[in-house]
Amino acid sequence: MNNLEIDFDRLLQKAETERRQLGAVRDEVVQELYREAQRIAGKVVKKQGNKRDLDRTIDNIVTSKIFGYPLMLALLSFIFWLTISGANLPSALLADLLFGFQHRLTAFFQWVGAPGWLHGVLVLGLYRGLAWVVSVMLPPMAIFFPLFTFLEDLGYLPRVAFNLDHLFKKAGAHGKQILTMCMGFGCNAAGIIACRIIESPRERLIAILTNNFVPCNGRFPTMITMAAVFLGILAKDYNSFAASALVAGVVVLGVLVTLAVSWALSKTLLKGVPSTFTLELPPYRIPKIGPLLIRSVLDRTLFVLMRAVVVAAPAGAITWILANLRVGDLSILAHLAGWLQGFGHAIGLDGFIVLAFILGLPANEIVIPILIMSYLAQGMIMELDSIDALRELLVKNGWTWLTVLNMMLFSLLHFPCATTLLTIGKETQSPKWTVLAALIPTGIGVMVCFGITQIVRALGLV
Amino acid sequence: MGLTAQSTGIHAFLEELSHSPLKADAVVALAGNPNTGKSTVFNGLTGLNQHTGNWPGKTVVLAKGNYRHKNKNITLVDLPGTYSLLANSADEQVARDFICFGDPDATVVVADATCLERNLNLVLQVIEITPKTILCVNLVDEAKRKRIAVDCPGLERSLGIPVIPTAARDKVGLTELKEAIHKVAFGLQSNQPKRIIYNERLEAAIGRIQGEVERLFQGKFNSRWVALRLLDGDPSIIHEMRNYLENGPGSKQNKIDGRGSGML
Repeated sequence: MNNLEIDFDRLLQKAETERRQLGAVRDEVVQELYREAQRIAGKVVKKQGNKRDLDRTIDNIVTSKIFGYPLMLALLSFIFWLTISGANLPSALLADLLFGFQHRLTAFFQWVGAPGWLHGVLVLGLYRGLAWVVSVMLPPMAIFFPLFTFLEDLGYLPRVAFNLDHLFKKAGAHGKQILTMCMGFGCNAAGIIACRIIESPRERLIAILTNNFVPCNGRFPTMITMAAVFLGILAKDYNSFAASALVAGVVVLGVLVTLAVSWALSKTLLKGVPSTFTLELPPYRIPKIGPLLIRSVLDRTLFVLMRAVVVAAPAGAITWILANLRVGDLSILAHLAGWLQGFGHAIGLDGFIVLAFILGLPANEIVIPILIMSYLAQGMIMELDSIDALRELLVKNGWTWLTVLNMMLFSLLHFPCATTLLTIGKETQSPKWTVLAALIPTGIGVMVCFGITQIVRALGLV
Repeated sequence: MGLTAQSTGIHAFLEELSHSPLKADAVVALAGNPNTGKSTVFNGLTGLNQHTGNWPGKTVVLAKGNYRHKNKNITLVDLPGTYSLLANSADEQVARDFICFGDPDATVVVADATCLERNLNLVLQVIEITPKTILCVNLVDEAKRKRIAVDCPGLERSLGIPVIPTAARDKVGLTELKEAIHKVAFGLQSNQPKRIIYNERLEAAIGRIQGEVERLFQGKFNSRWVALRLLDGDPSIIHEMRNYLENGPGSKQNKIDGRGSGML
């Protein structure tokens, strides 16, 4: 080491001492730069158009401290409300159509004299699983995705990121994380790929590990259905507005958990200081409806539906086999559920529900179909063409409002689907982080459901 | 010591630069926000005389090109488009390292006339590092269509550096830009850039360590800027400075050879 280097180290120490006394140097620097840029621009730039001023006015409301959050919540609830109330009728029509066709298929199988097991696997398993996924998922997606794309094209999403930036910064994460979460609403695997927009490896990892706390499109139908069942059990009359508020509440909970986990990670495994970034607030543009519909229907709705169909069809067949192959006097499914019953009961669910989540690993959208199939295979045969029928089935299988609530919570807080896990593995190049990405949400889900269940049971509320 | 550091990053890139077939009389950096038409300016100035090269050790691609003006050979290095030089990303770090440690003879910042305020942020950061800066206010044609007028002489006075309005798509203003680069790069004109004054506590702290920086680096770097970065505790800058000291001032790695103007 030469003298210069010794001097340099002394200089660094001196700077370090000064820095500790000064505090947030970076903030002061950035603030001063912006102030100066604004001052100079104000002097030399003259605008005659008023388009930009209108944008400013809108921004001042949309990103204001008072209206920012309520407006975001209101928009979110409004979109859910449109989705839930708008999806009811087409869902029922589709279900009529598809389950009606099931009778024809059955008739055809009887006519050709096919064996009972073949009819079971193909019609009762594969086809019914498919029909359920299509009729339950297609309508909400066909409404939700265009609405979401509309907000995106309008230029509202960057404002959401702007509003939430300081919260994420406080949690030691990156403001851009909210944009990756928005992608996660569509599909968590897509959201995790979107994390590439975050430059810093530390914050990118936080965003990847927490993306699963945003309910993806595969889980929305579950939550929406469960919200309807929940209100049905509690109040008997179904209110789509209350249901959408409930779903919005779950989404908010997901965001809160995201913040909490980000904070915990940045204090423990992924220590560091959040980095500053420049977020462009693009001008508002009225979206072109034609391309918007084409893009959201083709690229998103049909894409996600196809993926669900590809997974749901074989899963339906496998579930039917598990539910109908008997070992001793019980089906394999019932045996498996029996083993899981103790654990399931402790967290306010039951063995079949836990099993449905495990079997639903390939795709979250098949959790409910698997569950229904396992209950139906227990002897009852009924047509499930409405929420009321579903509620009756669930209640007959011992569900209470607590079960439904835990079902919603566990749906939000459990391991990501297989596709997402594979994507995490690819993006992080690390088995360790991939395993953690599954363990963290599952651990939280188990704790939350266990806590709520024990409290509710201790208070004798169910 | 420092062998690995020399063979990666800026030093390797400068080494590569010095082996260019054409002897450059001056090296000029081209910085700017994304989507400001920076590449159009680059193409407009250099025509087809371009190569792209990787910044070693980083996944950042840099393009460089040549042009002749007034019998001088100018090498233009197209830096990645960035919003700031605070080194949050690989792109920003590469841009900052080149402007600060690559010792370019001039740095051109390309700004978008339609959203100047946002672009000025980067301009102010560049002039904190080097006075040899030229601001190119591009897309003035688009600004005119949007009824936005930029007072370039006023901007020149506010910033203390030459400001050239251009519409690079139509090759408007490029000759003036070359002329301004010529004057700054060959010292025919010296700038007095606007200095940003921070709050009193920070200014006092800068004052306390600036002298030491000055003595240690013998005027090689802008001591005020270095002091500010040290107070900010930026680890990447500390790494680069240590690298510079280990190689020793005036060592081969810290010179851009082959362009006739070694800096020591």
